[in-house]
Amino acid sequence: MNIIIIGNGITGITCARNIRKKNSDATITVISEESKHFYSRTALMYIYMGHMKYENTKPYEDWFWSKNRINLIQATVNHLNTEDKSIQLDDERILNYDKLVLATGSISNKFGFPGEDLNGVQALYNLQDLQKMEKNTSNISSAVIVGGGLIGVEMAEMLHSRNISVTMLIRENAYWANALPQEEAQLIGNHLQKHGIKLKFNTELKEIRTIDQLSVHSIVTQQDETIYCQFLGITTGVKPNINFLKNSGIDIEKGIVVNEFLETNIPDIFAAGDCAQFRFIKTGEAPIEQLWYTGKMQGETLANTICGNKTTYDRGIWFNSAKFFDLEFQTYGKVLPEITHEQESFYWEHENGKISFRANYNRSDRSIIGFNFIGIRFRQVIAEHWIREQKQIEYVIDNLKQGWFDPEFSDSHYKKIAKSFNDNLIN
Amino acid sequence: MQDHSLSLAKPSEGLLSQKIGASLIAAAILCAIIAAFGQGETQSVLFFGLIIVFSVAGGMIFSIPYFKEIPGIKNNGIMHSPATNRGGIAWGIGILMTGFYIILYWFPNYLEGLIRAMDPLSIILRNKASDQWFLYGTLYTLAVIIMGIRFIGKYRSNRYQVLRTLSVMFFQLGFAFLIPAFLLKLNQPEFYFSYFWPLKYSYLFPNDIDYLIQSGNIGVFMVFWGLVMTFIATPILTYNYGKRWYCSWVCGCGALAETLGDPYRQNSNKSLQAWKVERWMVHSVLVFVVLTTALLWLNSWKNGTILGDASGLFSQCYGFLIGSVFSGVIGTGFYPIMGSRIWCRFGCPMAAILGLFQRFKSKFRITTNGGQCISCGNCSTYCEMGIDVRAYAQKGENIIRASCVGCGICSAVCPRGVLNLENLAEEGRFESYKRQ
Repeated sequence: MNIIIIGNGITGITCARNIRKKNSDATITVISEESKHFYSRTALMYIYMGHMKYENTKPYEDWFWSKNRINLIQATVNHLNTEDKSIQLDDERILNYDKLVLATGSISNKFGFPGEDLNGVQALYNLQDLQKMEKNTSNISSAVIVGGGLIGVEMAEMLHSRNISVTMLIRENAYWANALPQEEAQLIGNHLQKHGIKLKFNTELKEIRTIDQLSVHSIVTQQDETIYCQFLGITTGVKPNINFLKNSGIDIEKGIVVNEFLETNIPDIFAAGDCAQFRFIKTGEAPIEQLWYTGKMQGETLANTICGNKTTYDRGIWFNSAKFFDLEFQTYGKVLPEITHEQESFYWEHENGKISFRANYNRSDRSIIGFNFIGIRFRQVIAEHWIREQKQIEYVIDNLKQGWFDPEFSDSHYKKIAKSFNDNLIN
Repeated sequence: MQDHSLSLAKPSEGLLSQKIGASLIAAAILCAIIAAFGQGETQSVLFFGLIIVFSVAGGMIFSIPYFKEIPGIKNNGIMHSPATNRGGIAWGIGILMTGFYIILYWFPNYLEGLIRAMDPLSIILRNKASDQWFLYGTLYTLAVIIMGIRFIGKYRSNRYQVLRTLSVMFFQLGFAFLIPAFLLKLNQPEFYFSYFWPLKYSYLFPNDIDYLIQSGNIGVFMVFWGLVMTFIATPILTYNYGKRWYCSWVCGCGALAETLGDPYRQNSNKSLQAWKVERWMVHSVLVFVVLTTALLWLNSWKNGTILGDASGLFSQCYGFLIGSVFSGVIGTGFYPIMGSRIWCRFGCPMAAILGLFQRFKSKFRITTNGGQCISCGNCSTYCEMGIDVRAYAQKGENIIRASCVGCGICSAVCPRGVLNLENLAEEGRFESYKRQ
């Protein structure tokens, strides 16, 4: 069996490794235009900040790939021929496959703004973006970032580490407010401001200005405020990287359309990770998942199917995590920015304004739905278990200690949380 | 990599105090050099005062920015700086420290003036003139305290880090510096209550034991203490807490590695090859010291008739190769190039024994929190023992490795809160996370 995987991100590589674990005979080839070896995209910011070097971001040593007979090719795939079952690379090479995995990831959103191709204007997704950012930000003093999401705050922290002043334009009325409840959004916003990041809420970009027709000089917001900057970070999300698949016969909408087995409409061609779009989804789930964790899970699932054990992709109990400067964030289950009428929410915040806890539960049977933790580390197994077993909120609050994962000698906030919860009940 | 100090951006607040701090430390080193050339002999009080005041003040001022920052661990610029990324400054510091060790161990007469400059303190503490080892102990303790303060500033958002650093500072100052000095003052044997066989290998050698027992009740207690710590306390504590109770909370070698060595922890080699070398080396040293001890006892039992001088030669070899060259010159001198725990990782027989316990019979582990790892690599990068922590974390496996000294930095720098040092039931500690 000859398997070609396009994309060496977490999805493609997880798939390749898991196929090799189950099948020692298959020929496995991984193609990437970005880098020869798999590296951890989540660590891009740490390279820029000087916490790590590129080598440190590679989860496997270079000998790993030949030892496991996973062929690596750094090239761009120009064309896919589904009838011959072949792909054509940018060096004219043609490779045949028995099974093809599309794990091509994302590209950054662009909106066709005049000026978005100027020097100093860029997004941040891959290694090439990082190199560009290194160049674009040397010897500058001020930057603007459009978009108040996860990449936006990473970029802010990166620039801040080099003493570049940062202004963020955020469309919503608080930081990441389309994903976080107001309290958490404000807590994180306050923390960013303490670090000197200027946040402009309810603000969108109107115009990018230049004087020399080469580089960005300033931007204008929709409120007609002019902000001078030598760097403009566009962090308004990503979309599936599928341009080369147009006219290939593969069913494409926003992403590559797949069923629950991650199969496309064409036999022996699969898609997984950021580039895949599920045809049918359960309520409350997104058709395109652009997360490290889901990419990894999809890669694992797909390896099963390819090796003959057809497996449905199931994302299980939702979880995610992030870090906003010094604040760690973990979430388990579905915590929406605003609760529904059937739900109730308990929120506790430490007086230092850097630690918070939220538990959402069903009003009727008081069963737990999900958690948000800021500045608190919590055991995934416990949170998943409680959500799956629909434990009542009172049980959860009484047993928080079971899931506590903060380092030894840390304050036991679970006591204060329980006290606050019980005081609320009495009032 | 370009030089970011040329940036037009506003300089960070820290810069001025770091300049002043570094200048003062440089002044202390200059004073030490002048003292070594002879001024230390004629004006010992003056030079002793200058060296201590400049270095302590310099160290504290250098650490101010860490305390002024919003709490949170920042490793900004570590891979860009020639001081921490094996650049020119790192090599310079490495050569300086290695050279100092060589002179201290084998050519102490070149340091005569500096040794004399320590006389004022030595007389107060020990009631006798300073020697090369007192000079070494003083500088060592100073380094642990000054760089310990810096460490606490940098990691102060994490109470585990603060407490264990206070602990190593306490044991270095009290148990490895002041108490041995006071014992001398009281005409008792100089004894380090925080070092045990096999790290302090001579404490179970027949000669040392004879000597201690002959020196009275306190000596007998010391022998008793050494035996209890080696054979009873060590297994019990390691079973309950892992080897960290010693390596990261008590040991003086650990103290220096964690404080003076902290800026270099990322330079440890993480490759599989290095792990293979490490296992051979550290366990060979353990075998070497056990053999040496056994030979010495055999020889003393036979009154030296069978082995003659061979066992003495064996112990001299051990003392030279392992005690001096490995633990001192390479172990500390090479910090800036090979990371801060070279000795602990490749050479320490105590670490080897504790490691065997930790790996096979202990409640300690670093737990991985479910499937939360994003494979970023901060944990592996900052592991001073060169453990590829990420390799376990990204599989949802707990980290149970003989070499882990439980410093907790992997957990502290993890941006997703995935790792936690825990002492839990022994059963199931190797079980990994499986999604349901």
